[in-house]
Amino acid sequence: MKTTLLAAGLATFATTALADTPVLHVLTYDSFTAEWGPGPILKAGFEATCGCEVQFTTAGDGAAVLARLKLDGDKSDADVVVGLDTNLTAAAAPLFADVAPQPNTLPVPFADPKFVPFDWGYFAFVYDNTKLTTPPTSIADLAASNLKIIIEDPRSSTPGLGLLLWVKAAYGDGAAKLWNDLADNIVTVTPGWSEAYGMFLGGEADMVLSYTTSPAYHLIAESDASKSAAAFSEGHYMQIEVAGKTLTSKQPELADAFLAYLGSDAAQSALITTNWMYPAKTPAEGLPQGFETLIQPAKSLLFTATEAQEIRAAAIEEWQTALSK
Amino acid sequence: MLPKALGLGIAALILGSAAMLGLRAESWALRPADWAAVRFTLLQAALSAVLSLGLAVPLARALFRRRFVGRSALIRLMAAPFVLPVVVAVLGIVTIFGRAGPINAVLETFHLPAVSIFGLQGVVLANVFFNLPLATRMLLHGWQAIPVERFRLAASLGMPPSAQLRHLELPMLRAQAPAIALVIFLICLASFAIALTLGGGPRASTIELAIYQALRFEFDLGRAALLALVQLLICAAGTLLASRLTLPPSFGAGLGRSLDLPAPHGWRRRGDALLILMVVLFLALPLLAVAAKGLPGLLALPLGVWPAALRSVSVALASALLVVLAALVLALAQARRASGWLELAAMLPLAASSLVLGTGLFLMLRPFVAPQALALPVTMLVNATLTLPYLYRLLLPEARALHSDYDRLASSLGLRGMARLRYLTLPRLARPLGYGAGLAAALSMGDLGVIALFAGNSGATLPLFVQQLMGAYRMDQAAAAALVLVGISYALFWVFDRIGHHYADT
Repeated sequence: MKTTLLAAGLATFATTALADTPVLHVLTYDSFTAEWGPGPILKAGFEATCGCEVQFTTAGDGAAVLARLKLDGDKSDADVVVGLDTNLTAAAAPLFADVAPQPNTLPVPFADPKFVPFDWGYFAFVYDNTKLTTPPTSIADLAASNLKIIIEDPRSSTPGLGLLLWVKAAYGDGAAKLWNDLADNIVTVTPGWSEAYGMFLGGEADMVLSYTTSPAYHLIAESDASKSAAAFSEGHYMQIEVAGKTLTSKQPELADAFLAYLGSDAAQSALITTNWMYPAKTPAEGLPQGFETLIQPAKSLLFTATEAQEIRAAAIEEWQTALSK
Repeated sequence: MLPKALGLGIAALILGSAAMLGLRAESWALRPADWAAVRFTLLQAALSAVLSLGLAVPLARALFRRRFVGRSALIRLMAAPFVLPVVVAVLGIVTIFGRAGPINAVLETFHLPAVSIFGLQGVVLANVFFNLPLATRMLLHGWQAIPVERFRLAASLGMPPSAQLRHLELPMLRAQAPAIALVIFLICLASFAIALTLGGGPRASTIELAIYQALRFEFDLGRAALLALVQLLICAAGTLLASRLTLPPSFGAGLGRSLDLPAPHGWRRRGDALLILMVVLFLALPLLAVAAKGLPGLLALPLGVWPAALRSVSVALASALLVVLAALVLALAQARRASGWLELAAMLPLAASSLVLGTGLFLMLRPFVAPQALALPVTMLVNATLTLPYLYRLLLPEARALHSDYDRLASSLGLRGMARLRYLTLPRLARPLGYGAGLAAALSMGDLGVIALFAGNSGATLPLFVQQLMGAYRMDQAAAAALVLVGISYALFWVFDRIGHHYADT
């Protein structure tokens, strides 16, 4: 107790001592600032030129970041928020200021005046290609098969919500029927991505809901080519991760500069192999070797931020009813 | 004065945090799905409590009357599942009982149909895995609290085991079992990760998940507050019911010696041996799976694991100290004079949603300080509060026995204040105090709790670190970091438990 209080006191003291250097407060999800995450690289990169100090504050995942921002209200000291996705931006928009649009290489148009994308990915079912030689070619095909899958819960995780919207985007009113067909394939529904992916790697299911970029991690970081993502003919739903500047920011110029830095080649390259997603703007040197092996979905599915917000509650209920039978 | 203030403080913390959410609420409504969640929560919690207790009674009895090599090591090891972080334990259980696990491999060789770990059965199995050891340990304390002189008397009167059961052991069970069942029921009530991961789908939704959804994805503070209230009401009803069902034991004082009587032979002996063996396998296999997964990655751990471990240990030690003091005050007061509301205040934290507690505290403190500056102190406070019921439950029966057996003697000798604490109370309560402090330290090592909401630049605790590794595809490193976590948790538990035994024996 004593040492912690002491440490807290020292931390306050240290902050006061540095008061001459402006501090940029960045609110983000906690895996962003892990020692292997993009946070430390981006902090060092931006501090090298900005004459400022970057301080990260973290909160669980993207949804927790938004909740934290709302709880803080006008007392929030966050200047920049990194890590919301387009399922959350509609609810978050009233708290954010307009920002300058940045060039991007997204496969779909992006026109939100309050946010800039920093990376993106396609949701996909990942499988072990040494065990499963003929993967399903569509969601319907998967639902008709005997394959066992693990998915995440749309009520507590981003990929879970992604699958929900994926099925809705592909099947519209037929979504309930598809979930009915899919029910017997689902081994279990986990609270987050890590439990699902961990159990898949442990052999509990044939496929797991993840990203098309997941195999790149195994290939590049572990030299393991045994994981693949199945390409589905309905198209793949996207997740676009965005950053924005808060209305309450006391350092608006620094915040703008940070957002611009986030779109630079240096930051984008760092994001690819720390977040294992596609860069919002492909850097000049291209994608790392190994990314060319990933599947390229023929069709990108994505609801707009407002659509996603409107659809969500009813879609969750539909999902719950279909899987509770 | 002190116990009342403490009770009020706890109640204020728990009810106040839910009220803070209510103050910011924009709407007040529960959905049909929420009631389905309430039903499933009650079902899985009740089944788990009954099953854990049903297994714990014969197991604790077997452990009480048998002496074998490694018995005390086994009893101490039995705390291990309980101190395991939930995510790690669930993956360990899945490794053993899952589709690719040894149980199904054995079934397959005998051409038997495979069993699935996912569904209600999996949820209950995991809950039993966590709570059977706790129930057994609490019951074992109960058996050890029966003065051994009574067993001697029974033996010299030629009572068969069945008569001993009726006259000595059943009364003890009547005094202990309802409260233990309640504790387990309440632990399972707040289940989130177990029910969700092993439940197999949205049928297995718990109240805690609905709270998570309301708070994180919908920012519906009113609904979260209502759900928290439902959970607390269930807790209150359960606590009342359990106290109605509990009969006080009246064995009188003994000399505090340990049992040295011969135990029954024949089928009873073989039955006890079989039961102990089965339970050892049931508890040890998932633990071994966790160890086997973690060992290879130990050398390649990221450096951040050590500062994270240090943070976790300091939080654990501080909250263990806090909770030991609080539980001692409450249990001693309760033993002197039973008070219904104090009992409820001590049990309330079990049914408190840590998410609601964290969010409520956040809203309370936010106007005054930056939350990230308080991340560690708040975690200590919350961990201490959440572990209080366990300690209180462990201490209460022995505090009661102490009071009824020694209060008059101590008073007539004028033994009061610090002297009484030092020469009577602490030595007599050393065993449950040591065990409880160890449990509290280990539980708060493994608890993610509220840190995620408050975390700022103070850095991750060890469980958060494990979670981050898992979230970044680094499953091997995560398994290794989890093993470090389990190792430290268990070491903390072991040291405290040893200290308790040391003082009890001298």
